[in-house]
Amino acid sequence: MNLLDILIAAPLLGFLITLMLPKGNAGLIKMFTLVFSIGVFAASLLLIEPVLQQPAAMTWVTDAPWIATPAIRYHIGMDGVSLWLVLLSTLLTPISILLSWKYIDHRVKEFFAFLLLLEFGLIGVFVAVDLFLFYVFWEVCLVPMYFLIGIWGHDRRIYAAVKFFLYTMVGSVLMLAAILYIYSKGGTFDYPALLLMMESGKFTMTHLEETLLFLAFFLAFAIKVPLFPLHTWLPDAHVEAPTAGSVMLAAVMLKMGTYGLLRFCLPMFPNASKENANWIAILAITGIIFGALVALVQPNMKKLVAYSSVSHLGFVVLGLFSGNQWGLDGAVYVMLAHGISTGALFMLVGFLYERQHSLEIKDYGGVATPAPWLSTVFLVTTLASIGMPMLNNFVGEFLVLQGASKINIWWAVFAATGVILSACYMLWMYQRTFFGETPEGVKHHMHDLGAREWACIVPLLALMVWMGIFAQSFLPSIGASNKKIIDRTALQTQSTTTRAEVSNHGR
Amino acid sequence: MDAKFFPQTAELLRFLPETILTIAGTLLLVLEGFKKDEDSRSVISTLAAIAIGLAMYGTVVAYDNPGLAFSNMLVSDGFAAFFRLVVLGVGLLTVLCSTSYLEREKSNSGEFYVLLLFSLAGQCLMAAANELIMVFIGLEVSSIASYILAGYIRDDKRGNESALKYFLLGSFATAFLLYGVAWVYGMTGSTNLQEIHGALEKGVPSMTMVSAAVGLMLVGFAFKISAAPFQVWAPDVYQGAPAPVSGFLSAGPKAVAFAVMIRVFQTAFGSLMPKLEPVLWVMALATMTIGNFAAMWQNNIKRMLGYSSIAHAGYVLVAVTTHSITGTAAAMFYLAAYGMMNYGAFAIVTHVAGKGEEHVTLDHMKGLSQRQPAVAAMLTIFLLSLIGVPLTAGFFGKFYIFKSAIDSHMYWLTALGLLNSAVAAYYYLRVLVVMYMHESESTEPVEAIPGGLKITMWLTAAMTLVLGVFPGLVLDFATKFAVLGK
Repeated sequence: MNLLDILIAAPLLGFLITLMLPKGNAGLIKMFTLVFSIGVFAASLLLIEPVLQQPAAMTWVTDAPWIATPAIRYHIGMDGVSLWLVLLSTLLTPISILLSWKYIDHRVKEFFAFLLLLEFGLIGVFVAVDLFLFYVFWEVCLVPMYFLIGIWGHDRRIYAAVKFFLYTMVGSVLMLAAILYIYSKGGTFDYPALLLMMESGKFTMTHLEETLLFLAFFLAFAIKVPLFPLHTWLPDAHVEAPTAGSVMLAAVMLKMGTYGLLRFCLPMFPNASKENANWIAILAITGIIFGALVALVQPNMKKLVAYSSVSHLGFVVLGLFSGNQWGLDGAVYVMLAHGISTGALFMLVGFLYERQHSLEIKDYGGVATPAPWLSTVFLVTTLASIGMPMLNNFVGEFLVLQGASKINIWWAVFAATGVILSACYMLWMYQRTFFGETPEGVKHHMHDLGAREWACIVPLLALMVWMGIFAQSFLPSIGASNKKIIDRTALQTQSTTTRAEVSNHGR
Repeated sequence: MDAKFFPQTAELLRFLPETILTIAGTLLLVLEGFKKDEDSRSVISTLAAIAIGLAMYGTVVAYDNPGLAFSNMLVSDGFAAFFRLVVLGVGLLTVLCSTSYLEREKSNSGEFYVLLLFSLAGQCLMAAANELIMVFIGLEVSSIASYILAGYIRDDKRGNESALKYFLLGSFATAFLLYGVAWVYGMTGSTNLQEIHGALEKGVPSMTMVSAAVGLMLVGFAFKISAAPFQVWAPDVYQGAPAPVSGFLSAGPKAVAFAVMIRVFQTAFGSLMPKLEPVLWVMALATMTIGNFAAMWQNNIKRMLGYSSIAHAGYVLVAVTTHSITGTAAAMFYLAAYGMMNYGAFAIVTHVAGKGEEHVTLDHMKGLSQRQPAVAAMLTIFLLSLIGVPLTAGFFGKFYIFKSAIDSHMYWLTALGLLNSAVAAYYYLRVLVVMYMHESESTEPVEAIPGGLKITMWLTAAMTLVLGVFPGLVLDFATKFAVLGK
């Protein structure tokens, strides 16, 4: 049992303890979950060093039998990509707890308990290397988020929660079918073992098999990302979710989809990934531009940020299916950067909502006068989100564009318009919200950031700058992990072609 | 055939559970007459629970003495023991739930438990039947008692409708079955499963007649397991019957009907299975789809659970269709898991419904998480398990079933079945929505949960979670005993 095992078990334990705390004592519940999740975050920092020693290999591995028939193993491990995603989850959980401190005033216990349960599922998703275990954690994430949206959301919360659940469910049952098929063919759910079998030619797939399996996995992940045109659940879920729910959803849960593409789709089905890369890239670019254009005309701030997520996640998918080192590195970097900056944006929109009780841009104006610090922080986050150099998104989007241009220059050209459009919609929203006349109501309600709010936003601001300037803190480990995937993909495509050639010669 | 005047001891031991249940039932019937006042009657339910416990022990004894009994009419094997334990377990839960229910409805009398014991005896007999006439006798003993149980609240109109419908359609179905049995006897000269198998190997005058006979029997079984297109009775019966009885009907008799179906088809008619496969395929898909889509529109929870039980029968049929050992094991696991989670759900409905079962619509569940958080949390576990969310028993049930389907190369059925389970998520979620996301409208004080109900809820919820993490506890047995005629 190593640190990572403890780290997975801890949020579940925290969830159970929270459920047992007395219902009436809201202060105790909040304090307990906050301290607990900060503890988990602190512990998760200890994970970094050993992983950085050898980012391409799996560190913190535990491989123990769970169920005998069918052979399901509790097999977890961490490489240079999953490390940062786990840290993102453990960082944003205490922030989400802190940020809901005042916002949540009814059914306090369940809310904070569900946040911990969500953390349990998220950490599990990012470290599971057994297909079955991955599926289990994947589904476990669904339940707390469903309740977070459905109980503490806004007016149309129930519609949004059910839509969220059903969309994900449809995708994931097909993934389950694909996982079962792989098991019946390969006799194991163990992912590294499967990859070895594929490399050594013990596990071969016909073209049709590979395509169908790829599509089954791809659909599940694409819904989660969400890739255009499967994105329609996202704006609903975001708009209706409570702030903490939006933050967790945008910052971490969407990454489950892109992480799945990177971890499972590309290495297991290299040929299908290559063959289908074209239309997927086109969908991704459509998503980038479509998301940006729709964001441009949104009167509702949260919806605007939600559509901007569709746009940003399009970059991730584009990078992944460029299939080269730049693209993959950029994709992972955008995943992290988007987690930080969009998480921060949802949080700041939440702060505005707590003051004014409105998400409509037209209800605001001139906020900069009564709340200068809030405006400054919002501006930095906005700039980060639109890909300003020296801030986090720039690095990732640049790499993605570079990777895409190696494959097809037009991909990069069209995708780059998304960057320009993002500047338009974000700055326009900023201008309408923070500049101009200050309406009486805004003047009255709008106080500047409080200590608790500062505590929420400062870590994210620091990370935005850090990730923008010292990309080298993160990129080498990400690159090493990705390189392994690319090598394997190339190797396997090669071996398949050689086999095909051999069989052709045979005829 | 060597017939002895006295059966051997081992044979009697193989028949022990049925013996215990029948004797206990008869004694309780006599005892009932001596207990005039309400209070002293409660002793009958305790005795009934003890009798079921003894029958469980009897099952273990029977399992330790494997073999045939009474001129090969019965067989005591692991498969029989598994299903005997499942139905007895469901029976025990029913006793636990019914005591307080019957007191609430002012119908507490000993006959209820007596009928329950007789019904269980019939079901145990079915699980161990090695012969078509035994199947029929077991089915009748079980059904006739169940018909009365369904209408046990005499002055309740819905209960009467439920019982009558169950009786008419049920006897109709049994007639089909009997007709099929007669034809099989005519063609093969035997009603013994192994002998039928042998006769079919050797060749029979007309294979068409045998196929038709199997078809007739299939109709009979399809009625009992509420498979499409013979499912229409199920929602009405489950809605009208007393809630603990609905839970019992949806878990016990259904499980054992599946057991008989699997045993008969695999032992006697194994050679016909390839022919039967397309029929079962369509039946499985239709059953799932009809059950799930109809359940989406229901506002009455008992009725919704009725439709959902149809859908779940469809999933089990997928496993039956595979005609493989893994499929049989998956069906066994599923039926045990389903019995538990569904009974748990019905136990909670029993509690929430209140006197006269008036609070059974979705509206009545509004804000349940506020008024009775523990009850709502447990119902959440059952519903998530029925949806098939990981870390619950229901997930592994579905997992094993669809895994066996993939192993048998039924890819379309797997994909469609899994999509079906995504559809099903919708109506289970509706209950979660009203429980957690609506405010309560009721101002009535919360009723305390009677002890028996409480035990049932906690036990089934705990088991649902335990099996969701360690499915091997049940699956290992199921796999061991799923071999049957192969």
